[in-house]
Amino acid sequence: MGRIVLDKVNKTFGEVEVIPPLDLEIEDGEFCVFVGPSGCGKSTLLRLIAGLEDVSSGRIEIDGEDVTEVPPAKRGLAMVFQSYALYPHMTVRRNIAFPLRMAGLDREEIERRVAHAAEVLNLTAYLDRRPGQLSGGQRQRVAIGRAIVREPRAFLFDEPLSNLDAALRVGMRLEISELHNRLKTTMIYVTHDQVEAMTMADKIVVLNAGRIEQVGSPLELYRAPRNLFVAGFIGSPKMNFIEGAEAAKHNAHTIGIRPEHIEVVGEGGPWRGRVGVAEHLGSDTFFHVHDTGLAETITVRAPGEVAFRAGDTIHLSPRLEHLHRFDANGVRLA
Amino acid sequence: MARATTPRRKAFNTALAWAVGLVIFFPILWIVVLSFKTEGDAIRPPLEVLFDAAWTVESYGVVQERSNYVKHFSNSVIIALGSTVLGLLVAVPAAWSMAFVPSRRTKDILMWMLSTKMLPAVGVLYPIYLIFIKLGLLDTRTGLVIVLMLINLPIIVWMLYTYFREIPGEILEAARMDGAGLREEILYVLTPMAVPGIASTLLLNVILAWNEAFWTLNLTAANAGPLTAFIASYSSPEGLFYAKLSAASTMAIAPILILGWFSQRQLVRGLTFGAVK
Repeated sequence: MGRIVLDKVNKTFGEVEVIPPLDLEIEDGEFCVFVGPSGCGKSTLLRLIAGLEDVSSGRIEIDGEDVTEVPPAKRGLAMVFQSYALYPHMTVRRNIAFPLRMAGLDREEIERRVAHAAEVLNLTAYLDRRPGQLSGGQRQRVAIGRAIVREPRAFLFDEPLSNLDAALRVGMRLEISELHNRLKTTMIYVTHDQVEAMTMADKIVVLNAGRIEQVGSPLELYRAPRNLFVAGFIGSPKMNFIEGAEAAKHNAHTIGIRPEHIEVVGEGGPWRGRVGVAEHLGSDTFFHVHDTGLAETITVRAPGEVAFRAGDTIHLSPRLEHLHRFDANGVRLA
Repeated sequence: MARATTPRRKAFNTALAWAVGLVIFFPILWIVVLSFKTEGDAIRPPLEVLFDAAWTVESYGVVQERSNYVKHFSNSVIIALGSTVLGLLVAVPAAWSMAFVPSRRTKDILMWMLSTKMLPAVGVLYPIYLIFIKLGLLDTRTGLVIVLMLINLPIIVWMLYTYFREIPGEILEAARMDGAGLREEILYVLTPMAVPGIASTLLLNVILAWNEAFWTLNLTAANAGPLTAFIASYSSPEGLFYAKLSAASTMAIAPILILGWFSQRQLVRGLTFGAVK
């Protein structure tokens, strides 16, 4: 079990309101990702759920039980920190066993659970090493091992992959997703990387300045972003925003079109411009197009290899069924 | 980036390091050499002292007879250990709160503490001397324990503060998440991580207190004088007795040199902690 409900949860540090009153429900077994730019309050929100910060007002419930005043140890949650936060003076075995020792389990049970976690995470060969003798990825696994042995009600991940290099990050991302598929335990995962959010989440919570901008599945956010912030944050490369006369044609203050929804066409497309930078990835080609008269740069994602080069004139055609319309306040128009 | 070292360059560096080491160590070596010579031989030119003069332990015998080494030694031990333990009792909580619950003024307080070390000690000798007379602390070990504790307190607090700062707050939070209460957190996580830092601080402070000469000489007479006073008693206005002075000095510095020798790894780690990861 692990259903987490936040009811008008609010956090202020002195005069500064970091999190204005906020409601959120995370279902049992869900993989929920908090995503947003740095300083948006996503880590603070996670720490409030963990109990490492006190809420200023509001209620936090886990499985129907009010845990607002319950200390972190008693909430039945396990956390994986960005810095791994392993105990440097203990071996891997003792690091993983620590929460079980604290829970007062008997020695055989601890041995059994540690051995099982080590096997699941490919750490069996490293049980007698100290964290200092491990690589970044191995340390991350130990931190996850320390979290899973307790069989918690929910896992909290605070940017767990940001200290790893790019290749390792993709690998660990998969491992965590697989872990979730196997354990089916609620996971709350904080990241500033929208690719991680899109690939891992059942539910994404987009945060900005402490406020929830939108909650939804990855594809809901992709297809129907509620406002300009979400539209710009979700998707890579970023959505193109166009104001002025072109937007007015569609009865909007701003229109948005994703790079993958603009086609490169021969002579006679509705838009034309000059290629600034062309990025050839093989699978796709990204064009950053200037002098379109629409916006400073229009980014286009063309599938496969497309042979335009910097300086070439290019004709473009937006796929209108994928056009997003926003009003003057940046809110999506139906 | 590593620089290429040729064997010649390496030999040169080794020779240079030894030369510098010897220059620094020479005075101590010479004290030890002189302590094994007769008073007459000790003032001969250096080469004659080394190669012609006979070796003898005569000076040690005289020093033992003329003064009570054991008493000075025990004074030194009590003063060095006492001031260190008292200092740690005050400094551990202070550094702890400054490292883990810093306020807006923490940096200022640390700077202010350090700034007290910039004042020449002699500037406060007179008031402290008068206070000691009033309180009956003059020439007592209690008085010296207190004054040396106060003198070294800023250094202890700074050292411990830098140590504690190195303990990441997230590790303590992890322990809390793992179900550790305050007692378990201190017992299983904090203390094992802080012990090396406290040990280095303790060692350094014992050495500083052992070697402190200004206050120990000015605030003691016959009773509470530690080994610094023991050495000083052999430099008299009527003329120096090199051999006896050397014997006394050797006996005074031997314990702390031995302690330093065995704990050098811990000490170096303590002094460079935070500088290198």
